[in-house]
Amino acid sequence: MDNKYDVIVIGAGMSGLAAGIRLAMFGKKVCIVEKHIITGGLNSYYTRSKRDFDVGLHAMTNFVEKGTRKRPLTKLLKQLRIPYDSLELEQQKNSLIHFPDFKLKFNNDFELLLSQISEYFPHEVDGFNKFVEYINEYNEVALDNKTFMAKDVARKFLKDEYLIEMIFCPLLIYGSAWEDDMDFSQFVIMFKSIYLEGFCRPKGGVRTIINLLLNKLEESGCELKFRSEVKNIIKKDGKVKGVVLKKGDILYADKVISSMGHPETIKVLCEEDDLDKETQNNDQRMPKVGPLSFCESIVCLDMKPSQFGIDDTIVFYNNSSQYHYQKPKDLYDNRSAVVCFPNNFTNDDLEEGIARVTFMANYNKWHELEKPLYKEHKSKVLCDSLEIIQSIYEDFSPQVTFSDVFTPTTIKKYTGHFDGTVYGSTDKLRDGKTKTEGLFLCGTDQGFLGIVGSMLSGISMANLHGLME
Amino acid sequence: MTAQEVRQVVVDIIADIAIDDDVTTIDDATPLREQLDLDSMDFLDIVMELKKRHKVEVPQEDYPELATMSGCVQYLTPKFQ
Repeated sequence: MDNKYDVIVIGAGMSGLAAGIRLAMFGKKVCIVEKHIITGGLNSYYTRSKRDFDVGLHAMTNFVEKGTRKRPLTKLLKQLRIPYDSLELEQQKNSLIHFPDFKLKFNNDFELLLSQISEYFPHEVDGFNKFVEYINEYNEVALDNKTFMAKDVARKFLKDEYLIEMIFCPLLIYGSAWEDDMDFSQFVIMFKSIYLEGFCRPKGGVRTIINLLLNKLEESGCELKFRSEVKNIIKKDGKVKGVVLKKGDILYADKVISSMGHPETIKVLCEEDDLDKETQNNDQRMPKVGPLSFCESIVCLDMKPSQFGIDDTIVFYNNSSQYHYQKPKDLYDNRSAVVCFPNNFTNDDLEEGIARVTFMANYNKWHELEKPLYKEHKSKVLCDSLEIIQSIYEDFSPQVTFSDVFTPTTIKKYTGHFDGTVYGSTDKLRDGKTKTEGLFLCGTDQGFLGIVGSMLSGISMANLHGLME
Repeated sequence: MTAQEVRQVVVDIIADIAIDDDVTTIDDATPLREQLDLDSMDFLDIVMELKKRHKVEVPQEDYPELATMSGCVQYLTPKFQ
């Protein structure tokens, strides 16, 4: 039968593509179903006024030099059989954690952060070194790790809350599904991938990665169906049977790997006998929807950041000693922001100057806005973005040649994530297993993070549940 | 297949898996994990490639036999007959 597969993968984002490649590589009959018309999911790309933009990518984390063994980046390239050099990685120049009283610089050489801490927090050097040692020895990717909060662990090593807030700031905003804190395993993943490894950017941005994945996918013989939104995942007697697409087709498989997100997956799960019923009983408790979403301005400039003396790649800005990583009460929170200058990687292959400024945002507030008001608030986001850059760099005064703003509703529209959540649910399933036999999760809600993490998630779920039988 | 040919089969597979590694200098007596960037996930790949390319099956309890190149050759040669 043409509609019978060994495995169906839902979603052609980074994790779904990686899972599909691994399974098809070893002869499984696999189909990836994607609701959108392009691949990449949260890490996709788009074109506006003849300019190419990346959706989610400020930088890729987990930078290591070619040949570095047993690190996430080299592991995943090996598993997908992609040569390291094909990414043409450019490293960050340096990044900055910018609080009112202290500014900590870091780059891909961990010594810089250590020296900054010994300069500004000399009383914490000892504790920080011991904390790093503890982090280094922790196996953050063990699939049976329990969930406990990272700030409790950090406080065993560090006494100065100011330093704790500063260290946590980049890690929270680049990956925490929780407010103000994060699960310790995820903290370790983030700490290693940002501070111990570092930021880089493939030449050509996220398209380079996606194109490499698509070539591998084609080579492997994996099928990919676009415009194929899943209406239901069918189960019978506790086992998964396949999926029903919105356009009516039914695809069958004894294994389904879903990258839609945890609550998003459970929501469409349906007993085979109930498929035609108006109301479908779902006896499962709904996993929590993650509270965090973002809005971001992308601004094209008539000058490069370096012409204003800016050599930072990413700035984590916060205007007080406490970092509020929370769903804002209002549309967005301009007390903190992430500012990214994609020009400031070792080799600048971009034609114009670009700045991206990200704020935490509240999905419901944006969702309620009528169209004219929505537009008005988007322009306010843009003004605030430029103001924040100017508050960090006094001399920054370029002409804006183009700008675009996305909001939580944009994220919801393109990814289908409830409430436009970016780092997913706080109910992670680290081993990927749902209560339905044969139905597995991969991607953010399995618990690995970032572009590298999401690909590793797809790989490890495919290996564990699809290949090792 | 001779022992030498079986060795080549394994080298070819490893070359495809550890794409950024040099496979021309493998020492047959030293564990492969120590010389090359291979972990347990990659050993799974070696086993699956053997099955895919040569229909040779290695049950999970026999994985330790593949630790070194000489171990691979010794264990796999009878299976290629």
